[in-house]
Amino acid sequence: MSKLNIQLVTGLFVVIGIACFTYAAVTVGGASFTARPGYTLHARFTSISGLRVGGVVEAAGVRIGTVSGIEFDPDSYEAIVSLRINEGIPIQEDAIAAIRTQGIIGEKYVKITPGGFEELLGDGSEIFETESAISLEDLVSRYIFSSEG
Amino acid sequence: MTNTSSNAPSIRIRDLYVDYGARHILKGVNLDIPSGKITVIMGGSGAGKSTLLRCILGLKKPVSGSICMLGKDVVTASLKEIYALRKEMGVAFQGGALFSSMSVAENIQLPLHEHTSLDQHTIEIMTRIKLDMVNMLDAEKLMPSELSGGMTKRAALARAIIMDPKLLFFDEPSAGLDPSTAAELDDLILKLKGGLRMTIVVVTHEMESIFKIADYIAVMSEGELIAAGTPEEIRASTHEVVQDYLNRKPREGIVDADEHLRALTEGSD
Amino acid sequence: MQNFLERIGERTLGILEETGRTTSLLVVVLFHMLQPPYRLYPIVRQIYFIGARSLTLILFSGLTIGMVLGLQFYNILERFGAVDLLGSGVALSVIRELGPVMTALMVVGRAGSSITAELGIMRITEQVDALECMAISPDKYLVAPKVVAGLISVPLLTSIFDFVAMFGGYFVGVVMFGVAEGSYMNGMIDAVQWEDVRLGLVKSIIFGGLVTLICCAKGFYMHLSKAGSQGAEGVSHVTTDAVVLSSISVLFSDFLIGALMQ
Ligand SMILES: Nc1ncnc2c1ncn2[C@@H]1O[C@H](COP(=O)(O)OP(=O)(O)OP(=O)(O)O)[C@@H](O)[C@H]1O
Ligand SMILES: [Mg+2]
Repeated sequence: MSKLNIQLVTGLFVVIGIACFTYAAVTVGGASFTARPGYTLHARFTSISGLRVGGVVEAAGVRIGTVSGIEFDPDSYEAIVSLRINEGIPIQEDAIAAIRTQGIIGEKYVKITPGGFEELLGDGSEIFETESAISLEDLVSRYIFSSEG
Repeated sequence: MTNTSSNAPSIRIRDLYVDYGARHILKGVNLDIPSGKITVIMGGSGAGKSTLLRCILGLKKPVSGSICMLGKDVVTASLKEIYALRKEMGVAFQGGALFSSMSVAENIQLPLHEHTSLDQHTIEIMTRIKLDMVNMLDAEKLMPSELSGGMTKRAALARAIIMDPKLLFFDEPSAGLDPSTAAELDDLILKLKGGLRMTIVVVTHEMESIFKIADYIAVMSEGELIAAGTPEEIRASTHEVVQDYLNRKPREGIVDADEHLRALTEGSD
Repeated sequence: MQNFLERIGERTLGILEETGRTTSLLVVVLFHMLQPPYRLYPIVRQIYFIGARSLTLILFSGLTIGMVLGLQFYNILERFGAVDLLGSGVALSVIRELGPVMTALMVVGRAGSSITAELGIMRITEQVDALECMAISPDKYLVAPKVVAGLISVPLLTSIFDFVAMFGGYFVGVVMFGVAEGSYMNGMIDAVQWEDVRLGLVKSIIFGGLVTLICCAKGFYMHLSKAGSQGAEGVSHVTTDAVVLSSISVLFSDFLIGALMQ
């Protein structure tokens, strides 16, 4: 095999390899090297149990963004979740962000229910209406306590 | 150019002791290799000639002793100094040691590629000159696995002299060569000494070529240097082993073949 | 008993010595990588040998593993009526675990063994000595390009393996068993995060370095290995050793990285 051919084949191999990696990283893994156009909203939850960074944000069952950050606020004992919403998707001031469970393994996602106001939320603002994750234990204990009282 | 007078030794070996594991291979070798001359090291198989060479090249650390070469002690020199020394050396190993993944020409060109910035055209011309010297021009494109034993030796020699070294080491050049090629190699070695003023160290068994090329002869036996001197001095030596070599006499004790065979078979049970 | 303890002690010392040698080889190689002259072609040649020449093997094994995973996951998930998770299952297990590990093991078998044999033969036929005598550092000339090529080739091979394996799962799930294409693809995309891809990448880089380094060291230092196993037998011996040792190192470090990086 001549020097030129070896270089050609090797070059081809490297290109294929990088293409496959890019597919895995960007398409499947959802890594964005250039920040995808969009804006960020915040929402406070009393419990997010199981929601992960990178999780899905959807409205009407369609993916409209991703969970871009999760922080804990030690003062209010709440979780502050950052939501990266795709460009061109309007979210009203009274929209509701709810944490829901998908499928049987219980993957958590954020569900946005549209509101009726005209005013839209801008970059960096907060969704005030939230519904935390509903956990089975909570429901059960609430039922027990209410029936006792 | 260092201004060494012609009879100052270019390599000075003192009290060299070398072990392989628990076996003592060299037991106190003292030897001065004169500069600009051809020194032949001879001795029986397993006497330690290749081992001595490996020590001089800095490939094997001796237990004790010193080897001074071009003003440096190889034994205590740093790796950097040894590498600097090696740029002045050419070595042709006993087995050739050609790189099996490269053709003959590529083998020979390797030092040029690594140490010089000559263009490919010049490198090719130099390769052809050296290949012509060893009479191997037509084998340029062959791979080492396609060479005969003698061709391997000659290719190794061509690679050793490609950088025109000050010192040339050659382990058993004529073993496996036909008489006329061996004679050509002898002429080549003489030419290298004359033209390029190389200091040449040759390990060989061939009596004819020894007396044709040697300016200085060192005879080794069982890890010791038993005689050293000019060819005339060696010829006149009264040392038994030396005389046995010169007269091609079998080792003592092997008197009669039948008897020897009997001794061997009896020893086995 | 005395003898037995002595043997254990000897073995332990031997292993420690070899670990030290291999580590210092790594340091020397890293040092040489940063020193001029930089030569690209030797590295390209090694990438060709370690990477490009392993491509068919990787394509075949990746496809097979992907199809096996597709089949097994389908059978299990079908019992729970959760075949929608097929894409997630295949993609996650391939990207996080099977891709890096299987690729590294394939490289050990195909390229690693021949690296050891090549260097071992060069050592016993004095080719390494010849290099030294030409004032060419064998670490730099022989070992460094192989290790660098390992660091580059194995992650690339792993990415190709991952891709093909995900396709294999797709083929079994969607084409053969009729799982909805959208649910396979979305499952894959939703389940796999950049962190998973990064874990696979880190693993494959470490495996690539580890495998080539161990295989190089075994061949390169074969003259220092146990006395009495020199020559052709010695080469076959160190080659076997290299394959066993690098496979074990891959599996063990897979666990370690997994535990450390979660
Ligand atoms: N790598 C090694 N390990 C152990 N012993 C060795 C090694 N190399 C050489 N020896 C031993 O050293 C002794 C001298 O070997 P050396 O190769 O120097 O002999 P020599 O004089 O060159 O012989 P020849 O003329 O056959 O080439 C021999 O007894 C040999 O067994
Ligand atoms: Mg010898």
